[in-house]
Amino acid sequence: MTSELDIFVGNTTLIDEEVYRLWLDGYSVSDAVALRVRAGILEQTGATAAVLQSDTMDHYRTFHMLERLLHAPPKLLHQLVFQIPPSRQALLIERYYAFDEAFVREVLGKKLSKGTKKDLDDISAKTGITLKSCRRQFDNFKRVFKVVEEMRGSLADNIQQHFLFSDRLARDYAAIVFFANNRFETAKKKLQYLSFGDFAFCAELMIQNWTLGAVGEAPSKPDSQVDDMDMDLDKEFLQDLKELKVLVADKDLLDLHKSLVCTALRGKLGVFSEMEANFKNLSRGLVNVAAKLTHNKDVRDLFVDLVEKFVEPCRSDHWPLGDVRLFLNQYSVTVHSLDGFRHQALWDRYMDTLRGCLLRLYHD
Amino acid sequence: MPGKLKVKIVAGRHLPVMDRASDLTDAFVEVKFGNTTFKTDVYLKSLNPQWNSEWFKFEVDDEDLQDEPLQITVLDHDTYSANDAIGKVYIDIDPLLYSEAATVISGWFPIYDTIHGIRGEINVVVKVDLFNDLNRFRQSSCGVKFFCTTSIPKCYRAVIIHGFVEELVVNEDPEYQWIDRIRTPRASNEARQRLISLMSGELQRKIGLKVLEMRGNAVVGYLQCFDLEGESGLVVRAIGTACTLDKLSSPAAFLPACNSPSKEMKESPLAHPPSHGCRSTHNSPIHTATGSRLTQNFSVSVPTLIYTGMGSGSAGKEGGPFKALLRQQTQSALEQREFPFFTLTAFPPGFLVHVGGVVSARSVKLLDRIHNPAFVGIMGNTRSYKLLDWNSFNSDEPETRDAWWAEIRQEIKSHAKALGCHAVVGYSESTSICEEVCILSASGTAAVLNPRFLQDGTVEGCLEQRIEENLPAGCGFCHIPYDELNMPFPAHLTYCYNCRKQKVPDVLFTTIDLPTDATVVGKGCLIQARLCRLKKKAQAEANATAISNLLPFMEYEVHTQLMNKLKLKGMNALFGLRIQITVGENMLMGLASATAVYLAALPMPGGIQIAGKTPSDGSYEQHISHMQKKISDTIAKNKELYEINPPEISEEIIGSPIPEPKQRSRLLRSQSESSDEVTELDLSHGKKDAFVLEIDDTDAMEDVHSLLTDVPPPSGFYSCNTEIMPGINNWTSEIQMFTSVRVIRLSSLNLTNQALNKNFNDLCENLLKSLYFKLRSMIPCCLCHVNFTVSLPEDELIQVTVTAVAITFDKNQALQTTKTHIEKSLQRASTDNEELLQFPLELCSDSLPSHPFPPAKEHLESARSNSGIPAAQRAVTVEKASPMGEGNFRNRSAPPCANSTVGVVKMTPLSFIPGAKITKYLGIINMFFIRETTSLREEGGVSGFLHAFIAEVFAMVRAHVAALGGNAVVSYIMKQCVFMENPNKNQAQCLINVSGDAVIFVRESELEVISTQQPTANCQQSCAGGEVTT
Repeated sequence: MTSELDIFVGNTTLIDEEVYRLWLDGYSVSDAVALRVRAGILEQTGATAAVLQSDTMDHYRTFHMLERLLHAPPKLLHQLVFQIPPSRQALLIERYYAFDEAFVREVLGKKLSKGTKKDLDDISAKTGITLKSCRRQFDNFKRVFKVVEEMRGSLADNIQQHFLFSDRLARDYAAIVFFANNRFETAKKKLQYLSFGDFAFCAELMIQNWTLGAVGEAPSKPDSQVDDMDMDLDKEFLQDLKELKVLVADKDLLDLHKSLVCTALRGKLGVFSEMEANFKNLSRGLVNVAAKLTHNKDVRDLFVDLVEKFVEPCRSDHWPLGDVRLFLNQYSVTVHSLDGFRHQALWDRYMDTLRGCLLRLYHD
Repeated sequence: MPGKLKVKIVAGRHLPVMDRASDLTDAFVEVKFGNTTFKTDVYLKSLNPQWNSEWFKFEVDDEDLQDEPLQITVLDHDTYSANDAIGKVYIDIDPLLYSEAATVISGWFPIYDTIHGIRGEINVVVKVDLFNDLNRFRQSSCGVKFFCTTSIPKCYRAVIIHGFVEELVVNEDPEYQWIDRIRTPRASNEARQRLISLMSGELQRKIGLKVLEMRGNAVVGYLQCFDLEGESGLVVRAIGTACTLDKLSSPAAFLPACNSPSKEMKESPLAHPPSHGCRSTHNSPIHTATGSRLTQNFSVSVPTLIYTGMGSGSAGKEGGPFKALLRQQTQSALEQREFPFFTLTAFPPGFLVHVGGVVSARSVKLLDRIHNPAFVGIMGNTRSYKLLDWNSFNSDEPETRDAWWAEIRQEIKSHAKALGCHAVVGYSESTSICEEVCILSASGTAAVLNPRFLQDGTVEGCLEQRIEENLPAGCGFCHIPYDELNMPFPAHLTYCYNCRKQKVPDVLFTTIDLPTDATVVGKGCLIQARLCRLKKKAQAEANATAISNLLPFMEYEVHTQLMNKLKLKGMNALFGLRIQITVGENMLMGLASATAVYLAALPMPGGIQIAGKTPSDGSYEQHISHMQKKISDTIAKNKELYEINPPEISEEIIGSPIPEPKQRSRLLRSQSESSDEVTELDLSHGKKDAFVLEIDDTDAMEDVHSLLTDVPPPSGFYSCNTEIMPGINNWTSEIQMFTSVRVIRLSSLNLTNQALNKNFNDLCENLLKSLYFKLRSMIPCCLCHVNFTVSLPEDELIQVTVTAVAITFDKNQALQTTKTHIEKSLQRASTDNEELLQFPLELCSDSLPSHPFPPAKEHLESARSNSGIPAAQRAVTVEKASPMGEGNFRNRSAPPCANSTVGVVKMTPLSFIPGAKITKYLGIINMFFIRETTSLREEGGVSGFLHAFIAEVFAMVRAHVAALGGNAVVSYIMKQCVFMENPNKNQAQCLINVSGDAVIFVRESELEVISTQQPTANCQQSCAGGEVTT
């Protein structure tokens, strides 16, 4: 006696969160059954293995049918085939697009291309996440990227509107899309200590301040160049950043800057002497990063540079986070007192974001 | 020209990509009714076209309005080649044809293709203007309301219950026409869907005519079925109960009239009759059919077997003359009818007087080819000819089918008579077809009815009052209707344990729901008897003979199993009994389901005793006593589980039971000689008669085992196949309707009856276990209306389909209420009686509905400008104002919700929705779908294919209900699910037929709010975009 066909269809579609998780994690039906057995479900419910098998199959089939709709979440809302309460729909979407920290760190900043997709085997082996799950997550990134790529307006809002994510998830995806678009390097060994959260935080600041969209809704040039307002860094702004070079190139200016900062921070900083000794190096580092951003290659290395030129030196001198904050605040504010420096607004746009990023990046 | 049908195509969405190059579609729509077709413009390059068409107007006969479905086809325009069909929508406009139902059909319908399934949605608005037509000879029956519900629908009151209506229509099955060889599967499927749609429309119209003839205005318990006879054709047949219904008027009346939810719930499965025992017959031993047709029309009938419970003495002292009078009266009322049958399973209070027991009849027939005159052809998608009206034609084909059924009904009638009853309630008919053999079955519950509802108010009050007086609450229906001295079958009678005045049988079997006023002890449970019998493959007559020889044995054994299982549960009555016999190539399957309860009025059931024939062997005896102990333990456990602790009644009060014939019931294997051992082994049920099981032969051994292997549902779960579970009355509002299908393949080697039985048993048990597991999050809950259907699609395949609804209930309350339950029900019963007396008799006289047509429909039109009115609000306004004023209320109070989330539509096989009040019936839903695939593997194999299809069927039902303005389907039933596969060719096909009543319900909690401040627009409807103006 073999079961040829075995189905259960409810007027309200039954969603078992536990099975959904197993499915998303890419387990086969038999693995999922084994995992459920191990979780003790048989003892709790008095069910038999056959019942569990049939139940798991049923759920997998349902998820498989739902997957097509999940690729365009608004469809899930409007479709008529599966009657699912709104809260459950939200859960389905949210979980489907959720990603693993380990996975996203591997992919973040990489081009979402076929080439990367081919590497998923390695990522799977490295992270212990099933290949199936890796593929889903990768495809999700790519899908979201494709949809919002050409859109105007706020990146996070666009994502939210087209994929019906929660606020949090939409912002995470905005970061992923932003990183993928700008191809920031995140995989270097030096950067391994950083979490996705750190990068997402920086991405958000950069989107807010450094992109075209950041300048305000109407950059007054209605030409199509301005289309990807939130995705691309403001080229003009990057060009302008060269002007900041004067801060380190002009020796007088640099000395003045240093003395003003030191005066203000004397007695307030635990690592004052180290700061004093390193000031020029640090300042050179920060300004040079800015000046280099005209080249795509250097944009990609932004985080590597920040860590190399600032985070590592401070860390090796054991600066406490509080001191870093004090220093950066003072360092950027003091520039306003440099009479010979004319690019105050530019400096603020650059430094406000950078300061936020650096503080976030500064940890072990 | 009595009707104008108006259709507007608003928009489409989620269309499939039809042009690979552009990834878009150039869609347009064809709207077709009868022979007229309109087209919309082509909406270029969009998957979400906005046609916003003009109103397409069809001027048609109301006869056509009833028969024809509206057919909407979405196509992709192609400049160079033929346009590709995307899919179709069939809309049954019947609900628009009577005044109280829906006034407009408007909403998103899934676009369905028989090969690809659902492909996007289309927004359509449909209206009908009817002109009153006084032609007395009209062929249409617009205005007659149809209900699938097998009780008097909520918000209506039965003025008269006229009785049985039936009709059948025959045609050639397009799948078997010669043209099928040259047309595509899609065309063939569509021809079939369309034909069946037409035939159902025609059938419904004809039944409507019969109802009008009887001066009724509605059909309740309408059940329509298809017989796919293959080569020999397609039969669509329907039965129902004609009634004159009276709408309980204003919404204000709802509250008092229907009372609180819980009470109301009880009202629905209203008074049901009792029945005892079961008397069954089949037609079988071979009488070769008489008549001219000789071999073609071969029919076998099976000798009548009478089993059952016990029955007995004529009613108590005062019963005599009164009973006779009553009988006379009822008889005269019923005698005018050819078949005093009622498809209802729940009745208005006082309707059911006594119940006699189950009556059933079966007959085995050989199908012969229906000679179809060529002109009946339904070619492709165009219907060029009227369907042949068989009755008016001289072909005797439908006559044959009619005659077959008439024969069976006659038999049922005579069985009922033998039980001292004039009527049959809870009546149903079914068929099982395999190749050219067909088993026709009919069953019902013999009953004595109160004549008051049956005729035009001629019954005078005095008799009625006497009936009321004489009917003790809660047990009257159990009292035997037949003569004690002339019992139709051997039975044990005792005085009723409730009133002590009249005789009752010791076991009662019925096909109806438990009457609400019945006093029940503890809770009920689902009981199933399952049985397989191998049969040799044979042809024609030999085959039919073999089948009819097997039938009596199957019936007998099914009955034995039921009886044993009933005893094992410690209960004494079965409700909702449904015995299905399915015929396959090489086997017969029997599946009986029923809900067992303990009726307080009936005696406590005896236990089961086991006896061996050879008492000499010591170890054997030990074995037996071991088994006996196990059985007794199980009974004790069950009693605890189902809370069966009837109040102890001392023997004295009961009086010495009727001088008992000292024979034990001989239902099972005949009692053995070894009665000594029996008494010794009798552990706890000594006082009562016990069933004796002889386990000498292996068969019996197996029986005992199977008795013990039925696992009770896990704690927190109950199940029943009736509307509601006896003993649970505090339902909460969560419901989950589902369909589950399983097919198993038997290993063909060495199949024995035993192995087969075991497989079948396991299949059903595992299916139940799976259901319990899947629905575990709803605990505490009850599976209600559990409906199993067995079919044998191929040699070694068994298919079981289950539809049921899981309803949650409040456990804490349950505990409290069960304690006081008995008292309560007594109280309730008495109030019911009072209400009864106030039943206005005058109403009976004006039985003809005064306005068969909705006179105000034109008004509505002119008032226009109504569109996305939320269902709830619509309900209110409709109730509030006369139809004339309706339009005024319908201003566009609800702006079309932009992000139209799809409105929730509940589906349930029950006639009610827990915690809610049904405020309006919108019409019957009766849909037939075919789905076929030639890429079975790609669609996830058979399971993936059928899963998707059933989900789509649900979706289409919901969409139609939503478009009618409804938010639920009640009395939903999947009448057919025929699944065929051919894995080698990577193909499968499935046919599904579903029906139910579309309704609007309002939550109890919302009810007050709405009735005070009415236009509380909660946007339930997915709005029909745009204005709906002419």
